[in-house]
Amino acid sequence: MTVLPTFDTDLSDITSTEASLRRFLHGLPGVDQVGAEARAASLATRSIKTTAKQFAIDLAISMIDLTTLEGQDTEGKVRALCAKALRPDPTDRDVPRVAAICVYPDLVGVAKQALAGSTVKVASVATGFPSGRTSLAVKEADTRDAVAAGADEVDMVIDRGAFLAGRYGQVFDEIVAVKQAAQPAHLKVILETGELSTYDNVRRASWLAMLAGADFIKTSTGKVAPAATLPVTLTMLEAVRDFREVTGRQVGVKPAGGIRTTKDAIKYLVLVNETTGSDWLDPDWFRIGASSLLNDLLMQRQRMATGRYAGPDYFTID
Amino acid sequence: MTDFEYAPAPESRAIVDIKSSYGLFIDGAFADPVDGASFKSVNPATEEVLADIAEAGQADVDNAVAAARRAYTRTWSTMSGRDRGKYLFRIARIIQERARELAVLESIDNGKPIRESRDVDIPLVAAYFFYYAGWADKLGYAGAGPDPKPYGVAAQVIPWNFPLLMLSWKIAPALAAGNTVVLKPAETTPLTALLFAEICQQADLPPGVVNIITGAGDTGRMLVEHGDIDKVAFTGSTEVGKAIARSVAGTSTKATLELGGKAANIVFDDAPLDQAVEGIVNGIFFNQGHVCCAGSRLLVQESVYDDVLARLKRRLGTLRLGDPLDKNTDVGAINSAEQLARIRELSEVGEAEGAQRWSPECELPDRGFWFPPTVFTGVSQAHRIAREEIFGPVLSVLTFRTPAEAVEKANNTPYGLSAGVWTEKGSRILWMSQQLRAGVVWANTFNKFDPTSPFGGYKESGYGREGGRHGLLSYLRTERD
Repeated sequence: MTVLPTFDTDLSDITSTEASLRRFLHGLPGVDQVGAEARAASLATRSIKTTAKQFAIDLAISMIDLTTLEGQDTEGKVRALCAKALRPDPTDRDVPRVAAICVYPDLVGVAKQALAGSTVKVASVATGFPSGRTSLAVKEADTRDAVAAGADEVDMVIDRGAFLAGRYGQVFDEIVAVKQAAQPAHLKVILETGELSTYDNVRRASWLAMLAGADFIKTSTGKVAPAATLPVTLTMLEAVRDFREVTGRQVGVKPAGGIRTTKDAIKYLVLVNETTGSDWLDPDWFRIGASSLLNDLLMQRQRMATGRYAGPDYFTID
Repeated sequence: MTDFEYAPAPESRAIVDIKSSYGLFIDGAFADPVDGASFKSVNPATEEVLADIAEAGQADVDNAVAAARRAYTRTWSTMSGRDRGKYLFRIARIIQERARELAVLESIDNGKPIRESRDVDIPLVAAYFFYYAGWADKLGYAGAGPDPKPYGVAAQVIPWNFPLLMLSWKIAPALAAGNTVVLKPAETTPLTALLFAEICQQADLPPGVVNIITGAGDTGRMLVEHGDIDKVAFTGSTEVGKAIARSVAGTSTKATLELGGKAANIVFDDAPLDQAVEGIVNGIFFNQGHVCCAGSRLLVQESVYDDVLARLKRRLGTLRLGDPLDKNTDVGAINSAEQLARIRELSEVGEAEGAQRWSPECELPDRGFWFPPTVFTGVSQAHRIAREEIFGPVLSVLTFRTPAEAVEKANNTPYGLSAGVWTEKGSRILWMSQQLRAGVVWANTFNKFDPTSPFGGYKESGYGREGGRHGLLSYLRTERD
C-alpha cells in the first residue's frame, strides 16, 4: 500500500470532479513546517569548494532565466539583456550561456530577434502576470500573443484567490486551457508560494499544476515577498520526484526571486542533488529565475580562475 | 547531465594542539598519576594514536576526592550563588570562544562528523552552562524549599558518545547548585574533558571545584564507591548502572542514573512522510547511532509500510559516510574496535534470527572503525535486535495496525528513555504521549535537546532527571534528605 496513487492509477479519475480532486490533494502527506525548514537548513550547510564549486557555478549560469519584468522595460533594455545572455562575460568565451531570457509578452518579439540563431530560449510571462486577476479569455489571449510572437516558454500564474478559496477545479481548468493556448511552447506554472502561505498548500498546488499538464512548476513572480525559499523549493522538488514515480513524467522546477548570490545558487543545486538526484541537475529540468545573480556568479567564476576579485565595474550591468 | 560530486572540504586540524601526554586534573593543576600508569586514546577514523592518557589508581582517586572536599568546604559552599554563576557564565563564554577548537577535537577523538560536533554538540554544551549559570543565584525558586543546600562532592562518570555534552550535563548543574565534582570521562574519549580542565584554569575557577580523572572501568568503580562522596551521577550502560545502584544501596549517597534505551519511533499513516523519513534518519543514524535515546525501533503503520520503506532506502542512499572532519560527512566512524565488534555481532544475530538486512551502497574506508547504515526489516518483538541496545547505526523495522498496538509494542521493552510519534493529528500526539512509558516523547521530531527540558528514563533506562529545573534538583538536598 502506498499513500500516493500507484503507477497504474488513471489520473483522469482524480481530476474528473471537483470532489475527487479535492479528496486527492487533501490526501497527500502533510508537510511538517519545522521538519521541512530544518532539512533545508541542514542541506544549506554543505560545503562546496574547489572543483565542486567550479562545476556548480557553470551549472548555475546555464540554468538562469535572465529576467527583466519591469513597467519601465524598453526594447533597448531587452536587447542589452539578450546580449548579456549570449555572452555573459565578454572577456571569457568559456562561460556558458544562460538558459533563457524572461520578459513581458510585448517584448517577446524583440528578444526573439536578438537571440535568433542561438540556443537561448525566450520565455514570456503571461495570463495577467503577476496577479492573474483577469478573465480566462484574457489569459488565453495573452498567452496566444506571447506564443505568436515567438515565445518558447510561457510562465503563467495560477489564480491564488481560487486556490485559497478551495476552488481547485477552477485552477485546474485554467491551467489546462492555458496549456492548450500555449502550444507548442513549454508551460511553466507560477504558484506564487509567498501567497499560498503553508507548505501543505505548496505541495497541493504543485500536484494540481502537474496534474493539469505543467512542464515546470515555478515558485514566484518575484513581485511578492517572500519569493523563492529553500524549504518551499524542497517541497516542490519532493512533489516532482513523487510525481515522476507515479506517472513516469518528469516535471521541472524553477525557484525565482531573491536568489542573488553564488552561495544562494549553490544551496539550491545541493537541494536538487540530494532531493531529486542528478536527473534534475540540467537546464531542461531546473531553472533559476534571476537577474543580479548572474554577475555574482561571473565574479566568483573569475575569482576561482585568477585567484583575485575584480571590481563590479569589470562586469557588464545589462 | 553530470553528477554533482562534492570536493573534499576538510576542517583544519591546525586549530587544535594535542599534547603527547596528559596528566590528571586535580586541585586546579595537572598531575601525573601516583603509580605512573597510562593508556592511549585513538582516533577511531584512522586508528592513529592521539595521546598517552594518565590512568588514575586508588591513590589518585583519593587525592581528587580530597581536593573536591576541600574546595567544597573552604570555597565553593561558602561562595554566594551570584559568584558561582559568574564562574559558570565565564566558562560558557570561553566554550563559545573556543567552539571550533572543541568541535575539531571532539570529532578527532570520538569519530563523529564535524557537522554534528560543530552544529549540535558544542553549541549545546555552551547552552547548558549558560542555562545553569542563570540558576546559581536563584536556587530558592527551584522547588526545593527557600534555602536549598548542595550535597557536597559529586562523583560523575560519563560515556563516550557525546563526551563534552555529557560533561556539561553533569558539571553545570552540580556547580550551579554548589557541589564540587570529580568527573571521569570515558577511556576512549578523554581529550575534550581535558581541554575543559584547561578552560577551568582559564576561567580562574577555584582549585578543586572541578577535578577530572581519566581511566577505564576500574577507575570509575573506585570513584563511585569512594567513601567520601555524597552524590553519584552516571550515564552509560544499564549493566554498570545496576552495579552502581547496588554499591550505593544502603548508604546516604544519592544517585542519578541515565542508562540504555531501545526507543520506538512510531510513524502513523497520516504522518508528514518526508519529514518522518528525516526523523527516522536523524533518530538512528545521528552520531552513528551512538545515542542512548536513539530511535532504534521503527514502528510503521502497515498501511504506509511500503511507501515509508521506499522513501527511507532512497534517503539512505544519499548519506555520506567518511572522514569525520569533512564538513559534508553525515556518518562518521564507530567509536572503538570493541563497539564495532558488538554492532557486528548483534547484526549477525539479526540475520541468523531471520530478519532481512539491507544497507545502501557505501564504501567503507580501509583504516579505522566503520559500519554502514543498516536497516533490518521483518523484525518482530522476539528478535534480539528489537530488544537489545545495539548502540550503532542499525535500525529494526516493525509494523503495527492500530494506535493501541503501537503503544503496546513501544512499551514492550525493559527500557523507557525516549519515543517518537509521527502524525498530523494533534489529539493522537497527546494521547500517545500519555500512554508511552518513556522519559521523553518527541512529536514530529527526534533527538532534539534543550537545556530547559528534563531528560531521563523509565525502568531500566535509569532514574533521576538531567536538564531543566528537574536536573538542578538532582544536585540539591531537599528537606526529605
